[in-house]
Formats: sequence, C-alpha cells, structure tokens
Amino acid sequence: MEYFVIIISAIFVNNIVLAQFLGICPFLGVSNKVSTSLGMGAAVTFVMAITSVVAYLLQYYVLVPLGIQYMQTIVFILVIAALVQMVEIILKKVSPSLYQALGVFLPLITTNCAVLGIAILLVQKSYNLGESVVFSVATAIGFSLALVLFAGIRERLELEDLPKAMKGVPIALITAGILAMAFMGFSGLV
Amino acid sequence: MESSLKNMVLTLFIITLVASGVLGLVYSVTEEPIQVAQQAKTTAALAEVLPAFDNNPAEGKMETEEAVIYTATNGGEVVGYAVETSTQKGFSGEIRMMVGFKPDGEIYNIQVLQHSETPGLGSKMTEPGNKLIVSFVGKNPADLKMSVKKDGGDIDALTASTISSRAYVDAVQRAYNAMQQMLGKSVIDSVSGATSTGDWEEENQKGGNHE
Amino acid sequence: MNKWQTFTKGLIKENPTFVLLLGMCPTLGTTTSAINGMGMGVATLFVLTMSNIVISLIKNYIPGKVRIPAFIVVIASMVTVLQLCMQAYVPALYETLGVFIPLIVVNCIILGRAEAFASKNGVFSSALDGLGIGCGFTLSLTVLGTVREMLGNGSIFGYKFIAGDGILLFVLAPGAFIALGYLLVIFNKLTAKMK
Repeated sequence: MEYFVIIISAIFVNNIVLAQFLGICPFLGVSNKVSTSLGMGAAVTFVMAITSVVAYLLQYYVLVPLGIQYMQTIVFILVIAALVQMVEIILKKVSPSLYQALGVFLPLITTNCAVLGIAILLVQKSYNLGESVVFSVATAIGFSLALVLFAGIRERLELEDLPKAMKGVPIALITAGILAMAFMGFSGLV
Repeated sequence: MESSLKNMVLTLFIITLVASGVLGLVYSVTEEPIQVAQQAKTTAALAEVLPAFDNNPAEGKMETEEAVIYTATNGGEVVGYAVETSTQKGFSGEIRMMVGFKPDGEIYNIQVLQHSETPGLGSKMTEPGNKLIVSFVGKNPADLKMSVKKDGGDIDALTASTISSRAYVDAVQRAYNAMQQMLGKSVIDSVSGATSTGDWEEENQKGGNHE
Repeated sequence: MNKWQTFTKGLIKENPTFVLLLGMCPTLGTTTSAINGMGMGVATLFVLTMSNIVISLIKNYIPGKVRIPAFIVVIASMVTVLQLCMQAYVPALYETLGVFIPLIVVNCIILGRAEAFASKNGVFSSALDGLGIGCGFTLSLTVLGTVREMLGNGSIFGYKFIAGDGILLFVLAPGAFIALGYLLVIFNKLTAKMK
C-alpha cells in the first residue's frame, strides 16, 4: 500500500517535470522525436535507480556517521558524475547494443538536475532503502511519460503554421503548461 | 596545461582538499547562527501560541515519537502546553505546526512552522485570521468534530484547498492526542471513531477534487 | 569587447533565460512570487560570480582533461557555502527556495560560463561576466515572478492591489510554463523589432 501510494504520487500527482520543475532542460531539449525521448527516458531511469541506492548508502553510512551532512551537495554531484562515467564505460564493454541506444544520452544526464534533485529529495523525505528505489524509479517513469507525451505533441506542432515569435521554445512552453494542467487533474488521487 | 596522470590526480586532490577545508571553516562559523536561528523560530512560535508565561518552556520539553511538548508556567502555575507536531498529508508534503493549548485542552493559538503548500491556496493556512485558525481558536478539540465540513465535521476549510485543510486538521488532532497522552488521559474519538492514534489516519486520504 | 559590454551583454543580448534558454528549472520552480524569484536570482548571481572568479584564478593550474570535474568541485563548494550562510542568516528564504538551492550546482548557466568565459579570461573580466549574466538571470526571474504574482495573487512584492484572489492558475505549475511561454513571445517580438 505504502509503495503503491509512492508510485502513483511520483508518476502522476507530483510529476517531476510538470509539477516539480526538475529536469526541464532535457524535457525541452530532447523532446523533438518520440524515439529519442524514449531513449533518454530509459537512460534516466537506469541512472536514477543506481543513484538512489548510492545516495542512500552515502548519506546514512558515510555522511551522517561522520557528521558532515553539509558536504551533501558536493559529494552527491561528484558521485553522480563518476557514476555516469562508470555506467558509460561498463555499458560499452558489457552490452554494446544497449550502449548504442543509450550512449549519447548518458553524458547529458550529469547536468540533469532531476537526478541530483531526486538524491536530495529522498534524503529530505527520509525514505528507507526500499522506498528510495521505488520512489526514484517511479519518478523516472514519470519523467519518461512526460517526455514521451510531450514529444508526441511536438512532432505535430512542427507542422503547424505558427506566428514567427511563437515558433520553437515559446509554443513548447505553452504546450507544456497545458499538459501540466492536464496532470493537475490527478491531484487528490492519493 | 598538459594532462598527465600524475598532475591530474594531484590537482583534483588538492582542489577537493582546499574545498573541504573551506567548507569546514564556513560550517564552523555558521553552525552557531544556524542553531540560534532555529531556536529563535521556536521561541517566537512559543510566544505566539501560548498565554503569557515566565519560564523557559524549551527547558522542560518532552519528546514523543511524533511530537515535542513544551509546558509553560507563570508564577509556578501551568498556564498552557505547546505541542509541535507534523503531518505528511499536505498537498505537497510535510506541514509542521505548533499548537498551543490551555491546561483544560482549549486551543489558545496555532502557528504553522513549515509547509510547502501551493502559494495563494494552501499557503493561506499561515495567514492570521484564516478560516482554519478561526474554527479552532478558543475551542476544545474534545467538543469538536475534527474534520472539515465537507467530510461532515465542524471545521471550515480554506477555499479550494480541501487537502491542505484536512492535513491541518490532522496535525491539530495529532497535537491534541500527543498532549492527552502525555497527561495520561485517553485519546478522544476522532473522525473514524477509533480511539488510538493509528487507525484514523487512513480515513482522511480519500476524496477531494482540488488541493 | 570593452569591460562595460562584458557586463551588459548578460542583461539583454545574452540574457540567460530569454535568449540562451538556460537554467529553466529554477526559473520555473521558484518564481511563484516576485520576491522568491529575486531571491533565487541573487543566490545564483552570488555562486556564478564567485565560481567565475575562482576558476579564472586557478585556470592555469588545471590539466585540460580534469577541467570539468575541477569546475564542478569549485561550483559545488560555492553552493554549499551559500547554503550554510542562507540557513544561518535568512532561514525563511532558504526554506521557501527549498531544494532549488543545492540544485544551483547543476544549473547549466554556471558551468556554461565557467567553461565558455572564466576558463579563458582574466579575473576582473570573469567577475564582470558573472555579475552581468547573474543580473540578467535575476532580472528575468524577477519579471517572471512579478507577472505570476500579479496575475495569480493580485499583488506585487506582497502588496495586494486587488481584493480577493487572482487567477490562481498562474501560481500553480501550469501557469509557470504558460507565463514564461508568453513572456518569450513578447521578448522575441521586441528583439525582432530592434533588429
């Protein structure tokens, strides 16, 4: 039950992009095609799941015992950066086909604030290890969902005849606003 | 500058070392002001939610699992209890508040310490004289049906913020229960009719169309 | 480019929000009111200027290949310093801005300026560049915050000018996207005319 609430709330009610405003850069940047947005979504899910475990272990077995919680930001960002590099190297060796699919997105993830955001949020919410993993995977699914939906809309927007000043990012933002409104319909669900 | 393994490792090591040194320094400088700021907040909230008192309630505080209880005395006589508690049921997460009770259980005042409700909607719970606070102040939770009017209770909810209002009621209920438990009295019946603090929690979660 | 231009380019010509479209997360997330937007802008301004100064000072001692990790360490330290100071001296603002303060680390504006400007220029120019871009960011966040607060709550910097509520949608998440979208349209129109 507890897990179910976390999942629904992370995917729909508190959608990371449309309600929490994290990970907007890839949301606007990589959402031109449905296929690329699927790849990005998969890469983010992968990295977030690993990050949540590592962040949890670091926070409760390194930072808290040493009493240096104030080093959180710097430790997390370095670990995420190193992690992304490692995932990239390992993937290249172990599964070249997966690397082909996700490879180009991996370097972009280091600066995706959704990943660092999730690490900080799950410490703030004092989730346990199981909840942390469920929360971060659900959040990543929410991210992918928003990304894919948005890409689908943008593929059509490309063909629309818009005023010049509205082309590109402005209309994308307004569309995202309407999408966010639709997601507000989920509030009160949990 | 040319990159070699030796100088790469060395520079990164030095930079990290200097960075942690600087951070440690800043931390030791700011540690005290941070504590002072937090204490000041508690003291201000205590003064706000309790009748005039002359002791230092922070000294004899009692901590239970989900609440901190401060006892205020004036001239040796107990004039009120302030209960700091929180609920996770807010629209966007935790709401922490301090509820002041008179010794007979009547609510003296309430202050929201921390929340992340939507500005302009749920955030109205912090404004003085809002509907929620008016519904509570001067009343004894034992005489109130502790839920919002929409759910058949006695509490006026904030406009378009049913979920925030429910969370608010929930937190006041928790505070009251914590105080009663400390005083060794049985916990009052609440929304679902259960007498323990655990069961009625689920009851408030369903329904609600907007915040 | 003279010093004055180094400073002013960040305000309009290379405005981080409206032209470069960088740092969108804090832009949308923290601008529920004018004062919050401004607070976030100033926080970013501080980190940006400080990290630009430090990076331009140490740029000659960092091997090219570990450039980025070194920059990230510098930026993250600055953010932590800011975090601690805000907690100590402006706790209320710190709580309002919440998770977005630590997230200044991953704000692409800061790493972007470190890489594109501070790693190639002197201390003074880098400081000016940081100040300029930071002011541009603060300006656009304040504008967006003001617009959202006016429409959504009927007030400016907390001072009510209408009785009752505004169009609540604008303080909520969708309003952030829509307000910024239309501000961009207006900005594009204006700059197109100037050219």
